[in-house]
Amino acid sequence: MGRRLTTWRIHLMELIGTVLRLIWELAVYLFTVVPDLLPIILALATPLALGALCGVLNERSGIVNIGIEGIMLVAAFFGYLTGFAFHDAIGSGPSIALGILVAVLVGALLGLLHAWLTISVRADQIIAGTMMNIAAFGMTGYLNRLIITPSGLGGAGVIAPFHLPDAIANLPVVGPILVMFLEQGPIAMSVLFIVLGLQFALFRTRWGLRTRAVGEHPKAADTVGIDVYRQRYLNVILGCALAGLAGAYLTLESTGSFQNGMTNGRGFIALAAMIFGRWTPIGAFGGALLFGTATALGVVVSIRVPAGDLGTLMQSIPNEWYQALPYLITIVILAGVVGRSTPPAADGVPYVKEGKG
Amino acid sequence: MRRIWRVASIPLLAIVLAFIVAAVIIVISSIVTPTGFDLFLPLGAYGSLFAGAFGSGTGIVNTLVAAAPLILGGLAVGLGFKAGLFNIGVAGQFLVGAFAAAVAGANLAGAPTVLALPVAMVAGALGGAAFGFIPGFLKARTGAHEVVTTIMLNNAAVLLLTWAVNDLVRAPGFSFPRTGEIGNSALPVLLGRNLHLGIPLAVLTVFAVRWLLDRTTIGFEIRTVGQNPNAARYSGMRPIFITALTMTLSGMLAGIAGSIQMLGVIGFYAPGITGSVGFDSIAVALLGRSDPIGILFAAILFGAFRAGAPLMQIETSVPIEIIDIIQALVILFLAADLIVKRVFRVRADKPVISELATVARTWAGGSPPGGST
Repeated sequence: MGRRLTTWRIHLMELIGTVLRLIWELAVYLFTVVPDLLPIILALATPLALGALCGVLNERSGIVNIGIEGIMLVAAFFGYLTGFAFHDAIGSGPSIALGILVAVLVGALLGLLHAWLTISVRADQIIAGTMMNIAAFGMTGYLNRLIITPSGLGGAGVIAPFHLPDAIANLPVVGPILVMFLEQGPIAMSVLFIVLGLQFALFRTRWGLRTRAVGEHPKAADTVGIDVYRQRYLNVILGCALAGLAGAYLTLESTGSFQNGMTNGRGFIALAAMIFGRWTPIGAFGGALLFGTATALGVVVSIRVPAGDLGTLMQSIPNEWYQALPYLITIVILAGVVGRSTPPAADGVPYVKEGKG
Repeated sequence: MRRIWRVASIPLLAIVLAFIVAAVIIVISSIVTPTGFDLFLPLGAYGSLFAGAFGSGTGIVNTLVAAAPLILGGLAVGLGFKAGLFNIGVAGQFLVGAFAAAVAGANLAGAPTVLALPVAMVAGALGGAAFGFIPGFLKARTGAHEVVTTIMLNNAAVLLLTWAVNDLVRAPGFSFPRTGEIGNSALPVLLGRNLHLGIPLAVLTVFAVRWLLDRTTIGFEIRTVGQNPNAARYSGMRPIFITALTMTLSGMLAGIAGSIQMLGVIGFYAPGITGSVGFDSIAVALLGRSDPIGILFAAILFGAFRAGAPLMQIETSVPIEIIDIIQALVILFLAADLIVKRVFRVRADKPVISELATVARTWAGGSPPGGST
């Protein structure tokens, strides 16, 4: 009996040893591979970060918006359509710029619709968002089948990402980080500035204070003379313009084509990034980078196989599991973080002005 | 009669208004088609839609076949609404149910139908239930909102089931990855080419859910939790248990929807069989005001859309996706009932389901339903 217990213990020790060694190998692998992945991580995080900022602006002022997915999709479509329609007339570069502008405007317009439905009509905010998602899927699918598919033409193409001189890119430590933020197209390059700008605006300006006031305690804000409806309208529209920019990124900077339902849950992952970041722009950006890293690792594992047992183990995990990783991480993060972070107090609660029933 | 009109007027008028707005979209978009601007295109399109759905015996059967999974999916979403939960995960639970039924059915293909069919159906129901339990448990324990977790599970389900078919249960002898023939596990055809047993089964389920909600203690607890989780907790009910249970039951209904679609129509699971049942079910539940009988009628209506749409696309080249647009418009006019009341100058009860307020209140919600654990 005693002897068997000992062998059992030896096996357990061996197992723990193997697990520790695998974790060490994984850390070494990540350390070698992540610096090279940084530009891809930012590229994957860009639509998520912009979507999450849309969520931050909406929910900080008290409006729940689960229609970000749909807004991204419609903006992606119309941005693409614009580039596609003007490509021959004004050339690739200007038509892409025009497409981005149109996508942002479409986002803002849909934001106006969401604001009107949730603030003025006081429709249920979750249902309004669901409607937006279904309508977006239907509308883009409808127009795609009617206009783009029969033409058989390609799109406006994408802007080639900027390249740093090798001397700068090869600098130790600083080099990879500069490459991450600068070897990008214009939208991904501007994300960092949008994040920092919003972080400053939300916590250091009058607009930010008013925004947080109408999201935390609209009645008090109303009492001191802030126009709650106007502030909410403004922020929902601004936020959705950012979701429109995220859509433009998908069709005009990342892929250069449009497929039905191409947002593929990004609008909802963005919401998870927002919650993970506790409704702050910088935190939401961090959440988006985390999802970007998970997605990038899933892709890179099959290209750059790590050495030794770790490689064998990682190779034995089927491809679909890596693809599902961002979705599963979203669930784990929501389950782990939600209970410990506090949303704006008036989030999702319609505000009724006194005497307006 | 007047009472029925008070309840049904807004949903009916919302449908009428949705068709009118969709007609405007069809006319405007006809400018870019090869045939050019056509003011009467909507009439032709709606005519073919109606003819495809009700114009022939086959059409009516197709409508009922398409309605059956929508009845069950609508019940799944509606039951969730009753407890203040928004189950957007019907699409994923439907797929898991369909997959489980396909695998069980293929393994019992040679067994007698009396054994094979019930086992395959139960497998599908359990698969859906298990997949509904996950977000229910997470919401109950941690407060992770089901709107996001169920959507993530939908995406994960598609990928993981693709892997399962490729690597675990791929049937030999086919040129593409799929499960084996279901043989004797198929739902028997009652009438015509494909009016299968799943249709009466779905209708029976309507009354079963109605009984559960109106006549049982569990049903009473579900409705109380949906109306006011705090009141439910203070009166000694268990909002946490009810939340997990409702999501599990809701997932089970979606799983049964997947099973009857698998055993009555599709016959095998292959990657990419994703249908429109998931989002259609949301529209059905909202249109039916999450009432089982209302859901039955709403499901037949949307079943008719799905059955008639292919003929519409063939005859008038109006894309099938117009159905999704009509659906979204119906939801829009139900949520913003003010518009309907203004346009048609009617007075009626508010069509929005009152428990929806609980869904929004628990959003990103700090604490699990009914306060802290």
